[in-house]
Parts: sequence; structure tokens; C-alpha cells
Amino acid sequence: MGPEPLIFERSVPGRRGFGLGAPDGPTLPAREVLPAEQLRTRPPRLPEVSELDVVRHYTRLSQRNFCVDTHLYPLGSCTMKYNPKLHERVAALPGLARLHPLQPEHHVQGLLELLSELERSLCEVTGMDAFTLQPAAGAQGELAGLKIVAAHHRRMRRRRDVVLIPDSAHGTNPASAALAGFRVVQLQSGRDGLIDLEELRRKLDGSVAALMLTNPNTLGLFERNIRAVCELAHARDALVYMDGANMNALLGIAKPGEMGIDLLQLNLHKTFSTPHGGGGPGAGPVGVRAFLEPYLPVPRVRRRGRRFAWDARGRRSIGRLHGFHGNIGVLVRAHAYLLSLGREGVEGVGRTAIVNANYLKAKLAGASARPGGRDSAEGTGGGLAIPFPQHCMHEFVASVKDLKASGVTAWDVAKRLLDYGLYAPTVYFPLNVEEALMIEPPETESKETLDEFARALLAIIGEARAEPERLHDAPESLATWRLDEVRAARQPDLRWSAGEPGRSGQASAAAGRGGADDARAG
Amino acid sequence: MKIPADLRYAKTHEWAKREGEEIVVGITAHAQEELRDVVFVELPSPGRAVKAGEPVAVVESVKAAFDIYAPVSGTISRTNDALAKTPALINQDCYGAGWMFALRAARADDYDGLLSSSAYQEQMTASRQ
Amino acid sequence: MDYLPHTQDEFQEMLRTIGVGSFEELLDAVPPELRHPVLALPPGRSEPEVLRRCGALAERNRSLEDIASFLGAGAYDHVVPTAVDAIASRGEWLTPYTPYQAEASQGLLQATYEFQTMVCELLQMDVANASMYDGASAAAEAVLLALRSSGRPRVLVSEAVHPHIRQVAATYLHGTPSVIQLIPTVNGVTDLETLGRMMGEDVAGVLLAHPNVFGCLEPMATAAELAHRAGSLFIASVYPVSLGLLAPPGAYGADLAVAEGRCLGNPLSYGGPGLGLLAASNALVRRLPGRLAGCTADRRGRRGFTLTLQTREQHIRRERATSNICTNQGWLALRATLYLSLVGPGGLRDVAQRNLERGHEMARRMTALGWIRPAFDQPFFNECALTCEPPRSWPVLARRLERAGIVGGAPLAGWFPELERSALWCMTEAVPREALDRLIETLEAC
Repeated sequence: MGPEPLIFERSVPGRRGFGLGAPDGPTLPAREVLPAEQLRTRPPRLPEVSELDVVRHYTRLSQRNFCVDTHLYPLGSCTMKYNPKLHERVAALPGLARLHPLQPEHHVQGLLELLSELERSLCEVTGMDAFTLQPAAGAQGELAGLKIVAAHHRRMRRRRDVVLIPDSAHGTNPASAALAGFRVVQLQSGRDGLIDLEELRRKLDGSVAALMLTNPNTLGLFERNIRAVCELAHARDALVYMDGANMNALLGIAKPGEMGIDLLQLNLHKTFSTPHGGGGPGAGPVGVRAFLEPYLPVPRVRRRGRRFAWDARGRRSIGRLHGFHGNIGVLVRAHAYLLSLGREGVEGVGRTAIVNANYLKAKLAGASARPGGRDSAEGTGGGLAIPFPQHCMHEFVASVKDLKASGVTAWDVAKRLLDYGLYAPTVYFPLNVEEALMIEPPETESKETLDEFARALLAIIGEARAEPERLHDAPESLATWRLDEVRAARQPDLRWSAGEPGRSGQASAAAGRGGADDARAG
Repeated sequence: MKIPADLRYAKTHEWAKREGEEIVVGITAHAQEELRDVVFVELPSPGRAVKAGEPVAVVESVKAAFDIYAPVSGTISRTNDALAKTPALINQDCYGAGWMFALRAARADDYDGLLSSSAYQEQMTASRQ
Repeated sequence: MDYLPHTQDEFQEMLRTIGVGSFEELLDAVPPELRHPVLALPPGRSEPEVLRRCGALAERNRSLEDIASFLGAGAYDHVVPTAVDAIASRGEWLTPYTPYQAEASQGLLQATYEFQTMVCELLQMDVANASMYDGASAAAEAVLLALRSSGRPRVLVSEAVHPHIRQVAATYLHGTPSVIQLIPTVNGVTDLETLGRMMGEDVAGVLLAHPNVFGCLEPMATAAELAHRAGSLFIASVYPVSLGLLAPPGAYGADLAVAEGRCLGNPLSYGGPGLGLLAASNALVRRLPGRLAGCTADRRGRRGFTLTLQTREQHIRRERATSNICTNQGWLALRATLYLSLVGPGGLRDVAQRNLERGHEMARRMTALGWIRPAFDQPFFNECALTCEPPRSWPVLARRLERAGIVGGAPLAGWFPELERSALWCMTEAVPREALDRLIETLEAC
């Protein structure tokens, strides 16, 4: 398979894929009603192709992607579970898809009831008292949560400008805190990978607005002292925010609301099976304890008897985060999922996710520690370390730092897994483990898939010792080999330009140093 | 690993060289090796007053971004604009063509307070253990 | 339906491999008092039951399948070619992860590069990212970008920018020392004289919408000039379909352009998910939030694509990232790419032309009734504010219209109390002409 031409390179002047047909009403030259200077003089250089050209091009491109429908994605903290086809059917129902957000409420009672039910289900699953469904993704949910924290402290007339974040946190956590106007202070994890109560006590001073944690954390470990952690924070009037990215481990197992968590965001495109779509859309609903409910974004759905309505009241609300009501299409899918699962299904998800992770960990740890042992690949004997060998929740971290001696990194291992038809785990994260591989086998994955993954990873460890160059060159079986990312960053080429066929335009490498001075002149 | 004897160093892996009224600053061979391929450099504006230990520049590789700290207090006098077009100069010649910025020191003696090449070497060996 | 694959036997075998006698032993880190909380949820349902339940909820809504809508006001119903659904619904487009492992995501990265190119062409800007959550948050992030890149504390936003966009920008800025000031309007467009007086060396950026919330076209080129004279950035919030006919942001000197791109190949879906478009001049590329797909070569020298300039993003820069955005709107961006490929430049111009015609015919025939007049004497695209003379009023007429299977324009009273007798009426190519005839007939009888 050679490189696929760009759609622009297939363009033939005059071709068109889709048209509205001949005008069916009075024509009106634009010049008659619009001033000349408002009119476009140069058409956009979009491709001119037929419908078949488009179908072929984008079908062929689709075949160059790994996806959940074809591949295991053991990505830690991503929960790449199966995306049920049923949900696509539901989301496409015209009664749910073809609605305008400003239609009168009596036109959308079914949708409002759905949103109300979803909110209630999320409360039930998490033990929180109220939810906003507005945030469009986990990161936006984090931002909302932190703005609620800020609003709360302002109301309490407290000057709190610091957020404590463990060193193992996902990058969005400090980014969201900074965006919300806080200063980030890092919490050093203890040697056991968990929050160190002494460290927390030391850093919890009168400037801390909130502690932002993930439970289970990014090592896949449940914070066994979570209640003490929350009590410590509350004693200093700091709030506890939980990043709900790892909620899959807690379904039916434990409720954050019962741990002392004050607010959290969920990632519907992780825990609640909505499709990743190659980078969204997701949704990041935020759940809060009752005392924080007044700060939630408005409007919210309120039930009055059998009628549902939007309630825009909220003097203390942090305001609006979304153009309308959030990613409705995603919320609908999550609701269908919860309807499918029901109570026993929700419990089954948490249970199976935990068993899958511990099983895979046992296969990898057992074999790598016992060369030639049962289920191990020949001649592996070490190379894959499990820094925290105790029972994990839904994910665990392995380290390949022992391969550094052979000049092989976690990145190389990840690339080689692609040759085995497996997407790589999360690499280089969390930051407090060297050459980390964060592995999460979602509950929808079968035992034989996990066995296959274990076999592949162990074989690669073996290769790393015997022929490390193979890993440096990986992947070699895909249509595209390892890409020159250095060139992509030094000479950013971010769009195609008309000109030489096959050549793309290049943004200036010197761009970006000036800021306002370099702004395009009128 | 090259640690030229005629330069001074900061423990955050910057080198400094007195050139007349100015102190020229760049990053050491150790730093550029850790970074791997440099893809972009963000330099401070000339005229900016800086304090010793303050982050004043950023060096980016594909996967990471590192702060570069002013080794002494002073005012930025000029910057190496060649790095805009060829950030790889830092990898190719970190002590020469890969220099990053020059500053006028607030106090002339501060330069002498920086690490000598042997002290920098020692400090690196110690931190590796 | 729980999609769990293990049989009882497999489950037990796995526990044995782990080395425990029961599942409970795996929960040793979870305090016993927290374990196995009560979940007051109904039992699980089969596929047919879920469809029945969701179908019933859907049936209780009056969708645009069975009612004709003249609503716009920031959300526009446009025709989605069937090929878009057919291609986009492939699992290879719906279920991949974000393309961090570039070699395993070449299709997605190439499509993203094509999307970025098309957005640049549509908006006539140098560089576009792989999408933001929606037009409103794209505008908010553009405002933040202007504030950060200039170091100046003040941003001027026209009162005629959609109130929801202004609210989202205000939410993002709340708690920071920066200030948003509203530029007043006069006769439905931004008051340039006042804008001129409000300008200053402390203004980071100026944001106008085009068409604006009233559907009116704004004097963008002049506003841009005013901004640039003071060294401020000019931010344009635009309507993608209109750009088939209207001059794009690049033509009048915008430094940043944002838009709600859902109108390109995506269903209305009650206003979400959206598709935020964000484009900029070259000088601002390293300050852009969001993902960027770049073209490069692989080890053999063959063309390939990868995410690039990632050091701007949260997963590397953490608290010093340009934004916190991670998951964006990738699938909708793909659908927009499919749409723009199918319509091409000629098709987009035709769609825009059809919208212009429909919107103007609607306005002409409504004002011909005698008791409806345009609120503003301004050029418009497919939407305008129409005022209802007493004794008639839009809220009362709404009931009559509903009985005729029509949803009328969005009343403006909630957003602009001085315009309490006006509503925003919009007609796109998706509204059948027959509905316009029915509308006029119904209004004639009122």
C-alpha cells in the first residue's frame, strides 16, 4: 500500500459530488442585496471530485486506521471499550437527532426526560448529589469543576489560589488548574505510589483551594487512605476534586460520593462507551455535592410532576460553558448504555475490568519473572518490571527501564506492538515511573485477546535483548514506517497548498516569536 | 562528554562565557543529549531584566519542553536569531554556533560565582549515583 | 446487554491465574465500608427493549422531520448528504483513538490534514487546528489567545455577538484579571464610532460576528483596521455556510477566525455536539490551542502525517500549555471534511446562494403582509430580525403556527429586551418551499 493521494490531488475542475438541483424558487443575484465589498471574490480551493471519488478516498483512508472495531487498545486511563452499535441507532433517531436547541420545551419533553434520567443515573452510580451535563469533554469538565471551586471559596471569602496535584496526574489536571487561574503545587507520591498523608499534611496550608486527585490513581492503585485524605483536606476547608477518568474501576465497587469527594467529572467517551471518533466528541459531566449545586452551569433540566423544563435560574452559577446544552448526541448514547447495563451490568463492568487487569498483570509479571515458565515466551527472563505488584484495579503500570541497557525505550516497544497488530499501551505516563507502559484491558476484551497481548509483549521483550534494532526500526509492517517527527516540528507543514503536485505548503519555521507585533496588518 | 574548561556552568546545565561586557549563555552537551533533536527555541526579548535562576528561555524537542535559566542577574542584550531557522545548531554545536542569548550582568563578580568545569563535572557524577 | 465476554469458567480460570480464590480478594485496597454500594438502578435491558424505550422518548419530541422550522439564532439546519453518514459511520472512523501513534492512524491524520486545509481555504487563513468543542468555546479560546500573546488586559466584544458566545467567553475569563467590554450596536450593527473611542493600547483583541446575532452583515474590514491601528488582534466569528458567498475573514484582515462548523455535514442534534473551527495567521501558530496534524516523511522518505507542535499541548506542557483541551470533535471534523469534499467550491456557493434566496424570499413575503417589518435596515444572509406590529405578537402567533406544523423564528425578548416585539427568522435550504407557502398562508389568516 503506497501513500494515498490527498483529496485535493484527485481534484478535476468542474467535478462535483453533491448538488441541490436546479433552483426551485425565485433567483436572486447576490449583488442585488449584498454590498460588493461583502462578497467573496475568490472561491475556496476545495476539491472538485465526484461522490465516488469521495467514497473511495475516505474508505481507503479509513482502512489505514487502527480502531476498536479491529484492534485491542490497552491504553491506560482511556478505557477503550467496545462502542455498541445499538447506540448509533438510538442517536440517529430523528426524534433525537433533528431537534433545534431553541424549540419550545413542549417539543422536546422526551429529550428533557432522557437528560433528567441520565443525570439521576450518574448521581446513583457516583454517589454525587447533582450533575451538569454541559461540559463537552473531560478537560472542560475539569475546568468547570475548578471554576466551581473558585466560586465557592470566593463566596466563603477565602483567598485560596493553590491546587495540589499528585505527580502522577494526567496532563489536563494542571492545565485545567492553570486555565482556571490557580497555581499548581505538586504532591510527591509516596514510595507505595499513593498519596503520602504526611506530604499532604505539610502542603495543605491556608492557600490551598482544592486537592485534585484520581482514584484509582494512574498507577491503577486504589487510594486506600482516601477517606483520611478527604478528611484532612476538609479540615483545612479545601475541597477534593476527583478526576473521574478511571471511573471504570469503581462501577459497582465504590462510590466517590461516599469517599468524601466533593466534585468530579466523568468521561462519557471512556467509562460510558461512547465512541472516541478519532479524537471526540466526548462529554465531561460534572457531579457535585449538594452544597456546590448552586454553582453548576445553567440552564439545568428540572422536573415538575410529569413535565420537564429548562431552569436558567442560578445567581451563583459559574455561567455557561457550551453554546447550547452540551454534547447531546453523546449524552444520548451514554443513556442508552446505562439502560442496557442496568444495575447488574454496571456491577459487572467494574468487576470484569478489575479481573481483566489483574489477570493480564499476572500473565506478564509471572512470565517475566520466571524465564521459560508456563505461558512465557522463550528466553525473556526479565526486562518487564511491574513496579507495584500488589492487586491493581482496572489498570496497572509496567516498566521497561531494564531494556535501556540494550538501547530500547518504552516508545520502541510501543512501535513494535503495532507490528503485532496491537495498539500500544499509554507510554511515558505516569511521570513518576521510568519507561512506563500504562496498561488497561477494558472489560469488553476476551481472555484470548489478553493472552495474545501478553504473548506479543513478552516476545518483544525477548527481541529487545536479542535484536534491539528491530525495535528501533518498528513499525515495519504497516504502510507507513516510523515518521520523522523532528522534521514535522521544525518545519511545520500544516496544510496543503496548490502548487507543485504532491508538495505541501509550509508554515514559516520562524513563526510565533512575535505575538502581537507579527499580527497581520489590516 | 565535553565540558570546556574555559567556560563556567550552572547546575541546571547552562554554560556561560564572559565576552567583554557580556555573558553569553547556552546549554551544555549533557543537556542537548538528554533533549535529543531540538525543534524550537523560545528566546527572551533584548532589554528584558532577568534574575539569576529565573526561567528565561525554552528549548523544545518533539516530546518535551525545558526551561533555560538565567545563570546570573542582568539585562538581556542580544539573542541568537539563527536558532529560529536552525534550532538544530544547539545539537550540532552547543558551545559555539548554538549559543542562545547574551546578557549584561548586574554584578561583574557573579560570573566567578558560577561552577568551574570540574565542579560541574563533579556535580553531574554525584547526581548520577 | 452488558457486552461482557467471559463465561463463568473463564472467569474462574482467570482468578486462578491471578492466584486468588475469589474476586473479593482483589479489593483488598478498598475499605470494606465502601465496597459494593447499593445501586438503585433498574435491571438491564435487551436491545429491543432499549430501542423501544429510547424510541418512546424520541416519539415524545417534535423533530424537524414532522415540523418545519424557521429557527436559526446560532444553530442552523442544513442538508447532510447521505454519503457523509455512510462513510463516517464506518467503525474505522467512529472507533479509533486519538492519533498519538501516527503510524497506526495515517488515515485519520491525513483526513485531519485535509480538514485543516479546507478550513484554511474556507476562512482564507494561514493555519487551522483540528477542532475545538464548538464555536462558542473556540471564540473564548481565541480571546484568551489574544490576551496571552499581547499581554494586554482588555478585550472588546460586540454586543451583536451571540449572547451564548459572550457568556462562554465570560465564563472562561471569570476570575482572571482580564476584562471584556461590550461594544454597543446601532441599527443592528456594531457602532464603529464608539468602537473607535473604546480602542486603546491596552486592548488585546476585538471580536465581531459576521453575520451577527441579528443576521446583519458587519463592517468587518473597517473594524479590523480600527483594531490593527492600536496594535490589537481582530477576531472574526463567522457562519461557514455563508462563506460560499460572503468574503472570508482572511480577506478583511482577521488575525483569528472562529466558527460553529456543525452546519457542515452534521446533524443539529439539539445544539450538540458542535464543531469549533479556529484558524489563525502564521504568526500565531505556536500559540494555538488544540491538535495540529502535520505532513512529514517516514524513514523511507514516503509522505506521512503526524500530530505536531505537541509541546503546546497539555500532555507535555501541563500547566503551561496553550489550553487544557484534549478530546476535541474529531468525528464531526471528519464529517465536515466529507461534506466540503462532496459539495466542492461550486456546491458550497450554490448552497449559500440557495440560503440567500430562501432567506430573502421569506423576508419579502412576510413583510408584504403589512404588519411585519425588518427590525434593522441592513443587508443579511439567510436570517433577519422581523418585528411584529401590535396588536399581533409572535408568542401568540406561535400557537397558530404550531397547529400548521411550523416553528417560527426565535423571539429576541429574552436576550434584548428592547427588541421584545422582534424574532429571528431564518430559512435554509433544508426547509421545503412548501413550508414557506404554508407559513404565509397561516400568517395571512391571522
